[in-house]
Order: sequence, then C-alpha cells, then structure tokens
Amino acid sequence: MAEIRIKGVAKDFGTFTALHDVDLTIADREFMVLLGASGCGKTTLLRIIAGLETATKGEVWIGDRRVDQLPPRERGIAMVFQNYAVFPHLTVFENIAFGLRMKRMPQAEVTRRVTRTAELMHIEQLLKRYSGQLSGGQRQRVAVARALAMEPEVILMDEPLSNLDALLRLEMRAELKGVLAGSNTTTIYVTHDQVEAMSLADRISVMNGGKIVQAAGPVEVYRNPAARFVGSFIGNPPMNFLSASPAGAGQWQVGGQVFAGPEAPAAEFAIRPEDLHPSDTGLPAEVRVVEPLGPHTLVTATVAGQPFRAVIDSTLVPRPGDVLHLAPMADRIRWFNPETQKAL
Amino acid sequence: MTEAGTQDAPPAPDRVRRSGRWVFVTGVGLLVAWVLVPIWLLLANALSAPAEVTAFPRSIIPSFDTASLEFFFGFRGVLDALWNSIQVASVTMIVAIGLGAPAGYALSRFDFPGKEAFRFLVIMTRAFPLPLLALPLAVMFIRTGLDDTILGLALVHATLALPFAVLITFSLFSGIPVELEEAAWTLGCTRLQAVIKVVLPLAAPGIAASAVFAFVISWNEVFAAAVLTIENRTLTAFLLQSLDVSPLHLKFAGGAALVIPALLFIFAVRKYLFAMWGIANR
Repeated sequence: MAEIRIKGVAKDFGTFTALHDVDLTIADREFMVLLGASGCGKTTLLRIIAGLETATKGEVWIGDRRVDQLPPRERGIAMVFQNYAVFPHLTVFENIAFGLRMKRMPQAEVTRRVTRTAELMHIEQLLKRYSGQLSGGQRQRVAVARALAMEPEVILMDEPLSNLDALLRLEMRAELKGVLAGSNTTTIYVTHDQVEAMSLADRISVMNGGKIVQAAGPVEVYRNPAARFVGSFIGNPPMNFLSASPAGAGQWQVGGQVFAGPEAPAAEFAIRPEDLHPSDTGLPAEVRVVEPLGPHTLVTATVAGQPFRAVIDSTLVPRPGDVLHLAPMADRIRWFNPETQKAL
Repeated sequence: MTEAGTQDAPPAPDRVRRSGRWVFVTGVGLLVAWVLVPIWLLLANALSAPAEVTAFPRSIIPSFDTASLEFFFGFRGVLDALWNSIQVASVTMIVAIGLGAPAGYALSRFDFPGKEAFRFLVIMTRAFPLPLLALPLAVMFIRTGLDDTILGLALVHATLALPFAVLITFSLFSGIPVELEEAAWTLGCTRLQAVIKVVLPLAAPGIAASAVFAFVISWNEVFAAAVLTIENRTLTAFLLQSLDVSPLHLKFAGGAALVIPALLFIFAVRKYLFAMWGIANR
C-alpha cells in the first residue's frame, strides 16, 4: 500500500512562495500527473515528496508513514530525472544495479533484477556500455530501468521525456504507460506537456501559481474545467471565452444570441473550439485566419470583437472576411465566474 | 590643409591587416621567447661539460655531457635536500587537498551566508607577501618547536597551496551535476556515500591534478623554506644558500633539477588549471 497524502504543504524560497498549502491524496497504484506551466511549483512539490527539498510546513505521508523528516533513501521512492542522471563512470549494468547494491542484495538477485528490467526497457544489449556511448533515448531507458529495478512503492518522474525529440517522445510515452501499468507502483509524473498528461494520467493535478487548481481524470479536466485557467491551459487550441451580459433570470446574451445559463450576478461563457458546428442561428464569427489541418480546419475569428477559435470539418472552406455562424453544442457550454475565475 | 587631409586618411585595409598580423606574430614570438629562452639556456648548460659552461664563446647546443649533473647529485647535501623537498611537498599536497577539497565541495553545493566573501578571502590570502609573515612565523615556530621541521614548512606551504586547491576543486565539483548526487540519494545513499560512490570517482582526475599543483607550489617555494629551515633544507633553500659558493655549472644543474619536474607536472595538469582560471575570472 502506497497511498500518498500531502497535507498543507507550503514552500517559501526567501520571499517567493513556490507552494501555498497544497493538499493532495494520490491513491495506491494511481498514475498522477502534475501539470502546469514552468514556475507553477509542480517540480518543487515532486522534490518535496522525494525528500530533495524540505517543505516550509505541512506533512507528507507515504502509506502509513510520515516521511517529510526522512532522507530520500528511507522513503521507499525511486526517481527519474529530466536530464537522466545516469552515472557516467558506471556501465549500464552497474547503473541499474546501483540501488540494489546499496541494499546489499545478493549478486544472483541483482543480476536477475537488472536483466529483467533491462529486457523490459529493451536495453539488454547495452548493459556493458557507459552513458557516454548512449543516445538520449537510451539514457532515458537506463534511468527508468534503474528506478524500476528498485521495485519501489512510488516512482517519481520529473519531466522525463522533455529532453527527447518529438518522435522518440511519442514512442517512449506509450512504452512508459505500458511498463508502469504492469508494475505495482504509485507514480507521480511532472510535465508541462498537456498531451503527455492526458495520455498517461489516471488523474491530472493542474497547478498554477503554487496551488492545485483541479485534480481529476483527464476527460473530466478537459470537459469540466474547475477554473478558467484549466480551460485555457488544457486543449490545443484552448477553450474560447466570451463575455456575457444578463438577459433575464438564468438567461445570458453572448455575441447577440441568448443562452440559458446559471443564476448568478455575472458570468463568462466558455466553449471548446471543436464543440461548435455551422448553423444559421449560431454565433456570428468574422473569419481572420483559416488553417486546413487535414481531417479538420482551424478557424481563427472574432465574435463581438473577442478572439474566438473553431475547429470545423475540412469540407467547409471559409475565407478571411467571411462571417461564419457557429452554434455551440448546448451540453458543452461552460460558465465561469469572472471574479473568482471558478466554474459556475 | 589638403596635404594634412591626405596624411590623416586611413591606411588601406590590407595594410592595417598586415601590420596587425606583424604585431601579433611579434607579440607571440616575444612571449614564447620570454618563457623558452631561459629554460633552454638552463637545459643547454646543465647538459654541458663543466668546462664548456664557463668557456667563451660557447655553443648554445648542449654537448649532452652529464658531468655537471653527476657532480651536482654527488655534491654533499644535495640528495638530502632533494629528499626533504619531496617530503615537504608530499605533506603539503596531502594537507592542501585534505582541507581544500571539502571546502571546494561545500562552496559548490551549499549556499551559506558569506559564501562570496569566503571565495574572495581565499584569494586574498595570496595578497600578503610571505616576507611579511615569515618573521612572526619563525618566532612562533621556534616557540612551538615546529622550526626546522618537515611538518612546519609543509604547513606554511599548505597555506600557500590551499587557495588554489579550494578553487580548482570548487570548479571541479561545480562541473558535476547535482542530479547525479540526488539520484544516488534516492537510490539509497547517504550524503557521504553519494560523494564517495559518485562524486569522487568523477572528480578524481581533477583532484589528482590539483594535488600535483600543490606539490609543485611547495617544490618551487624558496623564501619560507630558506627562513624556516636550517638543517633540513629543501632543495630550493639549499641551492639559495650555496649559490654564492658553488661553481656556475652546479647552479645550472640544480636549476634544471628544480625546473624540469615542475614543468612536466604542470604540463600534465594544465587542463585543470585553465578550468580554475575560468572560474576565478567569473
């Protein structure tokens, strides 16, 4: 059992507050992704869980042990670093065996575990090489194998794929997902890449300004953003936001159209670009740029002077200057409080 | 006016380039000669027969006669002095690295108040002229019984070598990514184990270089050696003492015996010394 509980963890660097009272529970064997732009505190939170950074206040629990006062080696974790951190003076075999040797494991068991994890990561033919003789992708495989060989309760990954080129990243992403699903570990994975987050996570914690804005499953985070930030951060292109003016109880006027919405003093209308379809009664969008992408076409337009993007079927070929009428799918419309930026 | 105008006109670009090149080549030639000519004269004379050294005019090509060197090494006291030099330099090396490497590690890995001031002060220790310190040191050493001992002199030499040891190892440790240590911690190492298993193997060649440099500093040092030792003179102090009374060829042979090992050592570790200057200039 390796449920991770983070209770009121805060971190100050001098006068800068990197984390504000973060609370988060990660279930046993869950794949949790911490997602956010650089500087949002996601790496700091990961390093606090690893024990590489000490929290200014708060508690970290792994299973039924409080670990925030323990050194990294006593926390039952393994970590994969962004720049791989493969020891250059040791062979691949000795790199993977490093943690096992620290545990004084018998040689036979060391060999068994190294061979098994090397096969799992497809690096069994590299075991005699040094890190200087490996490509970036191979080093990353060694780093993951080294973590897996420990058979830890928790694996922490700090942007492990961000130094790889795009094609390799895709390949490794799928492989990581398969490998980690087959192991019995709880995984915390830090990334700024929303596609990576969506494809890997059981749950995503979206972070902003040292706080967790929303922690939910990938589809939930995408469909029902808890805050305006989540909608604007996740999705490519991101969610569209339009100002709304009240038009009676629960009725809001947006871009000349009236939509049923929440009963609130003020609200902001939001819709994903792909949740629109051409219709004579839709929002009038003045087309600015048209980008055909093959299966669909990305249209950048303005609605009532506000930027607006739509993903439409590529059989439709609007031209800049045209006015498209785009109707939002009623069940996909979301509303936000313009003051608190929270979902209504 | 027109005449002055033509005289002020800039010279043709290719002429500027040519004279610039000439200045460059001359400058390089002078600097190289500045270093190499004395070494060459030293070598040429050390490897000539005693009679040739004093002859005039003499050839600048050595005759590869080892008589001068043989005489030098047979000279009473030379081998003892040589042995003293090696002992003092070895102790200096051990003290300088033993204290300097941990200090360099601390500077590269920890932020503490006064860190910049410490780095500055480390270099500042070189600003005090040794003659100024020598007399009080001699008095203190006599009181504590450290005068005329290998250890006493080695301590003085270690203080001279320590700033360099700190700065070289600081740059070495800074070049080793801290993630490697962090990875070692997560894999079951204590801080000390991580240093021993990961940092030291990677820094070893550089630490060896910095040790050699400390050795050479002690090997070449003459002032403190001359003031603080009487019976147990190092080779430099011994040569200084017998400079007036010894024949010319003996001086050349002694000079060569001092310079050649130092030159070879420094040449072997030059890469790491450049790294140190790179850091010190920051």
